[in-house]
Amino acid sequence: MDVKTNRRSLLLGAGAAAAAGTGLLSAPSIIGRAQAADPLKVGFIYVGPVGDFGWSYQHDQGRKEIEAALGAAVKTSFVEKVPEGPDAERVVRQLATSGHGLIFTTSFGFMNPTERVAKAFPNVKFEHATGYKTLPNMAIYNARFYEGRAIAGTIAALTSKTGVAGYIGSVPIPEVVMGINAFTLAAQKINPNFKTKVIWVNSWFDPGKEADAAKSLIDQGADILTQHTDSPAPMQVAQERGVYAFGQASDMKSFGPKAQLTSIMDDWGPYYIARTKAVLNKTWKTGSVWHGLKEGMVQMAAYGPGVSPAAKEAADKVKASIIAGTLHPFAGPIKDQKGVQKVAAGAKISDADLEKMDWYVQGVQA
Amino acid sequence: MRFKVEQRRHIPHALPWITPVLSFICTLVAAAILFAIIGYEPLGALYQLFVAPLLTVQGLSELALKASPLVLIAVGLASGFRANVWNIGAEGQLIMGAVAGGGVALIFYGEEGFWILPLMCLAGIAGGMAWAAIPAFLRTRFAVNEILVSLMLTYVAGLFLTMLILGPWKDPDGMNFPQSRIFSDSATLPTLIEGTRLNAGVLITLLVALAGWVVMARSLLGFQIRTVGSAPTAARYAGFSRSRVVWITMLAGGGLAGLAGVFEVAGPIGQLIPKLTPGYGFTAIIVAFLGRLHPLGILVAGLVMALSYIGGDNAQVEIGLPNAAVGVVQAMLLFFLLASDFLVRYRIRRVRSAGAAT
Repeated sequence: MDVKTNRRSLLLGAGAAAAAGTGLLSAPSIIGRAQAADPLKVGFIYVGPVGDFGWSYQHDQGRKEIEAALGAAVKTSFVEKVPEGPDAERVVRQLATSGHGLIFTTSFGFMNPTERVAKAFPNVKFEHATGYKTLPNMAIYNARFYEGRAIAGTIAALTSKTGVAGYIGSVPIPEVVMGINAFTLAAQKINPNFKTKVIWVNSWFDPGKEADAAKSLIDQGADILTQHTDSPAPMQVAQERGVYAFGQASDMKSFGPKAQLTSIMDDWGPYYIARTKAVLNKTWKTGSVWHGLKEGMVQMAAYGPGVSPAAKEAADKVKASIIAGTLHPFAGPIKDQKGVQKVAAGAKISDADLEKMDWYVQGVQA
Repeated sequence: MRFKVEQRRHIPHALPWITPVLSFICTLVAAAILFAIIGYEPLGALYQLFVAPLLTVQGLSELALKASPLVLIAVGLASGFRANVWNIGAEGQLIMGAVAGGGVALIFYGEEGFWILPLMCLAGIAGGMAWAAIPAFLRTRFAVNEILVSLMLTYVAGLFLTMLILGPWKDPDGMNFPQSRIFSDSATLPTLIEGTRLNAGVLITLLVALAGWVVMARSLLGFQIRTVGSAPTAARYAGFSRSRVVWITMLAGGGLAGLAGVFEVAGPIGQLIPKLTPGYGFTAIIVAFLGRLHPLGILVAGLVMALSYIGGDNAQVEIGLPNAAVGVVQAMLLFFLLASDFLVRYRIRRVRSAGAAT
């Protein structure tokens, strides 16, 4: 737990209160202490529990990196398992009113709540992950997960015997849709008949549903699983059933030592440290960041035992070409599910079009 | 020596109202021990959980806002529970109310008029009632279990909402995210206190709780509902129609859940989104029983429940108390309440073994 700064000051405060012999009544002095503290307070809200070992866990790693890098200059806190509904705004507001100078809201559904609170607190800086609205005090950031999906798709096509991958989808937002497409397109470069079957669980974190989806995808002939949800449950199912899978957001090797081929990992730490420093130096400006493999916001875990030397070579080549800018995962020709050409040979899909993608490429069964 | 559990002949009148308070105190003590074990200063943690949110206007307004849907739904459900009509699907009825009310807001998007909000409320009530009418019809006509039907319809409602906001009701400027447009001002509940999210819906919830009390305690209908529940044979002799009571209580529960749905989308959320309720329809069942199925008791229970959520956020922010610890405290509250309920109705007596007995 990295709340020790918080807890220690509370214990000190409580100790003083107990010494004064006033018990509960003196509790407000504890708050007074916390608010009077000098360091910049940086708050996070997560959609899942910090122990999801996926998305929220990885954001929390970033939070810990801020503390490690900036030490006494900052104090961080977080609220986990915040539902994307009427409660989100209250929690963001709570962070803003309790003296936080920089607040990271790390799920798409927090966008409108963050925007409303940002308007009410012009002096607090807000950073929202995976949305599209900015304000003078609200920046957005996201990672090009689809670049990692292209590597995963390459490995999948070279590893799968059935030529069918199972994809556990969360909510069909553009980020998820483009991941499914990038994965399928990369696989089809190797096996033109490659199919991706998608099951939606309509949730970001629901280990039970994720595991059920994984099982039924395997039953439908998929021998490779990949997911856009936050828990390692599908990885565990893959391990049990003896199929392969790709980890999501975090290295999930420990949940599927044999099953994991690689994992698309999010590395938020450097961005979080840079933005926190910017607030400390008073150089923070709003903006929109979309970083990928090149900048290191997206990283690949070490290959698992199931990746053949040929697949390793192909995957490394895709990775190097994406970083070098010579390969774009959405380069044409691309056909949609009905076989209509959406992108001509030689063209590619622009960032603006990717950000609102709502169609699937040929071979996706969603 | 052994122990014997036996039913009490006389339950002291005040006992059912004292036990919730005692349960709360037991929860505080047990929570303090838990916090001490996992390394948090017990009094400080309890303070952040149960006291700090009550000290600011912001906290109080959020408390009322969070309690409002719980109370509104629980009052409706309690009328049915009194009559042994088990509507478990308020969550789905809330969603269908939000869909109907939100639909009105989207149809009249960009238009202004004082009539839009009342129309949304009526549509929401109708939507919730329509969804509750399905289990009511199946129950009264074919004796189908309303618990199963109402519960399963919840998932249908959730998927129906998702279908609408991924399809025809998707915000055209929303980058293809699953969400509707943000409602215009005429379709948004007015705020009562500047700078907070407290809206006019909270006042209506208060009125509903009071009206619910009057109906249940003072009207013939309330008497019929209570009689059908507690003495079905007597109710039949008196000529009270069981079907009628099923219909009325199901529609009351569905209508109020639908209204709660409108208050959410026209209030704090301001649009239709996939997860517009964090389980209010289910939590309200707990609130109904915590409040002894009495509208005023429900009012208090709703506030206590809401406080535990808001205090939970507060404790996470201020002292880093894990979310799971908050969940344990909520569960302990329910556990102590159920345990004390048992002790209200039964008592444990020590009896001597062997020949002394019988």
